Amino acid sequence: MTDLGPLIPRNREAHPPAYDPAYKTTVSRSPNLPLLSMESGLSEETGPTFGHNKLGALDNNLILNWTKGAAPAVGERILMHGRVLDENGRAVPNTLIEIWQANAGGRYRHKKDGYLAPLDPNFGGCGRTITDENGGYQFLTVRPGAYPWPNRGNDWRPMHIHISVYGHSFGQRLITQMYFEGDPLINLCPIAATIKNRSQLDRLVAPLDMSASRPLDFLAYKFDIVLRGRRQTMFENKLEGM
Amino acid sequence: MVQKLDYLVETASQTAGPYVHIGLMPTYAGNAGYYDEEIATSPIADGAKGEVIEIVGSVFDGTGWALRDALLESWQPDAAGKFAGQEGADPAVTGHCRFAADADSGEFTLRTVKPGQVPARGGGFSAPHISLWICARGINIGLQTRIYFEDEDNSTDPLLARIEQRPRVDTLIAKKTADGKYRFDIRLQGEGETVFLDI
Ligand SMILES: [Fe+3]
Repeated sequence: MTDLGPLIPRNREAHPPAYDPAYKTTVSRSPNLPLLSMESGLSEETGPTFGHNKLGALDNNLILNWTKGAAPAVGERILMHGRVLDENGRAVPNTLIEIWQANAGGRYRHKKDGYLAPLDPNFGGCGRTITDENGGYQFLTVRPGAYPWPNRGNDWRPMHIHISVYGHSFGQRLITQMYFEGDPLINLCPIAATIKNRSQLDRLVAPLDMSASRPLDFLAYKFDIVLRGRRQTMFENKLEGM
Repeated sequence: MVQKLDYLVETASQTAGPYVHIGLMPTYAGNAGYYDEEIATSPIADGAKGEVIEIVGSVFDGTGWALRDALLESWQPDAAGKFAGQEGADPAVTGHCRFAADADSGEFTLRTVKPGQVPARGGGFSAPHISLWICARGINIGLQTRIYFEDEDNSTDPLLARIEQRPRVDTLIAKKTADGKYRFDIRLQGEGETVFLDI
């Protein structure tokens, strides 16, 4: 992999603004002052790596990983799969992807979640994997339920899976959410609506992918992720130590 | 018409939400033992070279309330200024840690080694610092900042030099409270707002 050159500056228009009063918690948690912009250096261009040796065989199988394979989780079985690329269109191999989600009833296994939907004794709700040489990844899981949350009078989160990706440098760090094609709650959700550019929001909506679904077993949803790229130029001073 | 630029656009960020710990710190979320080995629980292993330090702080919102749900990640080089993966780096320093605000007090603790200075782009050196990435409910895109140290020479650091309002430099500098102990508070908004970065 040729990770030379500084990171391409983040296009902040592609992301939600920090302050969005329809998502009330942002009001007191958004910086008022402008961010300090600077070209990346070693602190942003290097990043942690994780070996396959840290991962267990069931880590990317949320249907089975909570019970260590003893009993399957309740819910609609789905395969979530896709590729991680950078802005230059290059695959991002060997990078850690972690996901977490509510169970089929919309309840998280978290000490702070008190929603009245029950916990599924066979579902934990998190998984992780490392992308292959083409940037590909997959998770077997159940479709999460929608859930209500305290914001405006009657706000509901659409069905979604939270995703965390590293890339190859700390400056590429990204957390986002995957939504499901056809969910009417997407257009009512103030968190989805923090993204002002419709095509950027559409890219968080995974299409049903019948080609990757397995007859009599699971449906598939495809979700590709694009991380920041690095400027490729021959007129670039190599950083000392790189 | 002109030729087409075929760059892709970065995937949009979304808030990590209130339950981020399930995915990134299962033990904190009450799910100890979910994975055989949880990652990034410490940035150092036994035998790490350099001075072991402890940084304690809180993330305050615009009302002065310490967030109970903030999750932070750190990234830093070893005591000699080498990042994991670079030639000659200390094998006992991964340099990466996840830590969360305490659910009752809102206080976090990072135990690590003090980082060395690293070469800056275009010459010179950055003063010793730890990069931070902060996420929580209500934070739409992870906030980047840095921890510098008041007992280091920060006078020639290129990033600190870019801060126009000089009193704001202070928001990036950890205060020494005892030998090997520092205090570093983060203010998301309002008086004393931390300098957040776009790098
Ligand atoms: Fe959620």
